[in-house]
Amino acid sequence: MSDFTPPRGVWIIAASYLTALVLTVWPLPGWAELLRPVWVPLITIYWCLWLPQRVGVITAFVAGLLVDALSGTLLGEHALALVLVAWATLWLHLQVRVFPWWQQCVVVLGLLTLNAFVLFWVDGMLGYTLGTSLRWMPPLVSALLWPWIMQVMSRLQQRYHVG
Amino acid sequence: MAVLRRQRSPQLFSSRPAGALRTLLFIALSIMLMVYDHQTGRLKQMHAALATVVWPVQVIVDAPHSLLNWAEQKIATHRALVDENAQLKSQLLQANVSLQQLAALQQENERLRNLMQATAQMGGRVSVASILSADLDPFRHLVVIDKGSHDGVYEGQTVLDAYGIVGEVTRADPLASEVTLISDPGQAIQVEVNRTGLRTLAVGSADLTQLALPYITNNADVKQGDLVVSSGLGGRYPAGYPVGVVSQFERDPAEPFAHVNARTAADLNHGHEVLLYWPAQAPPTSELPPKPATALKPGAKPVRKKP
Repeated sequence: MSDFTPPRGVWIIAASYLTALVLTVWPLPGWAELLRPVWVPLITIYWCLWLPQRVGVITAFVAGLLVDALSGTLLGEHALALVLVAWATLWLHLQVRVFPWWQQCVVVLGLLTLNAFVLFWVDGMLGYTLGTSLRWMPPLVSALLWPWIMQVMSRLQQRYHVG
Repeated sequence: MAVLRRQRSPQLFSSRPAGALRTLLFIALSIMLMVYDHQTGRLKQMHAALATVVWPVQVIVDAPHSLLNWAEQKIATHRALVDENAQLKSQLLQANVSLQQLAALQQENERLRNLMQATAQMGGRVSVASILSADLDPFRHLVVIDKGSHDGVYEGQTVLDAYGIVGEVTRADPLASEVTLISDPGQAIQVEVNRTGLRTLAVGSADLTQLALPYITNNADVKQGDLVVSSGLGGRYPAGYPVGVVSQFERDPAEPFAHVNARTAADLNHGHEVLLYWPAQAPPTSELPPKPATALKPGAKPVRKKP
C-alpha cells in the first residue's frame, strides 16, 4: 500500500460495485432467488476491511442508493443498511483482518445479519411482512461464500495494485 | 477477542478512522430520504436521476436474454418458421372470430347502457412493452419494462398481458418504468366475480401465481373455476379485464370469511411482453393523452401503493 502515489485502481473499485449490482439483479429461477448472495454488502465489507482509507460510509451510502434505485425499494433503505454495515466493518477492521477465515465468516455473517435486519425492519414498517422467515437465508449463503470472495477480491486487488 | 486487538495503534493501517459524526450524518440522511420518499412520494427527480444511472446495469443484465432471442430468430429454421406462421394464422383466425362477436356485443352493450343512461367506457389503446429480465427485490413483485415517460407511460397506468391484468406502473422513469404486479404483497385490486357480480378485493400474496380474496363471506355464491374480473371501482384499473380464476374456496364456519384463492389470469411468471393500456377517455383525475412525449404531469397523483 503506497500512500504517496495518487489513488490507484478507482476503476477496480467501481468495476467491483458494477459487477455486484449486475449480480444483484441477475435473473435467477424462483427457487434460487433466496440463495442469491447479497453482493453489494459483501463487496462493501471487503473494501472497508482492506481499503478503509478509500471506501467507507460515503461509498456505502451511494452504493445503497443505487441498489434502491435498481431494486425498486424505498430510497434510502439499502443506503441505511449499507452505511451501518460499513461503519461496523470500519470499526472492526483491524481485528477482523487478522482473524482466521472461519472467524471472518462469523463476523461477516453478523454484519450481513445487521444488513438484513435493517431491511427487514424498514419493510416491516411498510407492511411487507410476508416471507420473513426466509430473510435469513441470503446472509447465511453470503457468509459461506466469504472465503472465495475474499480470495478473488484480494487477488484482483494485488494484481491491479489497488491501494 | 475484539478488545485485545483494539489497543494496537490504528495509524499503522488506516489513515482515516470511521468518523462517528459522518456515519451519523449519513444514517440521518438515509432515514430522512426514506421518510420523505414514503410520506410524499415526491423524490421523483432523484428517482429518475438514479434510475438513469443504473440503466446500464439493467441493459447489461438483459443483454444475454435479448441476445439469445435475437440468435434464436436468426438461426430459426425454415420449417419452424412455417409452423409458427401456421399456428399464428390459426390463432389470428380464432381471435378474429371472437372479435366479430365482440363488436356485436359491444354495440348491444352500448345500446343497453344508453337505455339505462349509464356511462361506462369501453375500449382504449394499448402498446407493447418488453419486460427487462432482471430480478428486483425478492420480497416484492416488481418488474422493469423498457418503456418510460418518454413513451407516454404514467404512474398508475394499467399493464395487461394477453390473458389479463398484470399490474400497474408504480414509477415512470424517463427510459424505463417499474411495474408492481397484482401479486405483490402490498397490492390490492377491486374485482368482481364474473358469474354473480359479487364485488370484492383481490390482494397479492407472496406467490406469483396466486391472489387472495380475503373478504368473501362464508355464504357467498362462489365456486372453483369462477372467473374474477376487474370491477373498475377504484378508478385505477379498467373494468372487465380478467384478474384470476378461483382456485380454492373453503368455508370455515369458525371464521367470518371464507378462504378464497384465485390463480392469476395473466401469466406473471413467464411472460416477456406486456401491454400498456391507455384508457379511451382519461379519467378525471388522470393524465395527458400519451402521444405528446412531454414528461409526466407534475400534478399527477402519487400512486405509490407499495410503501
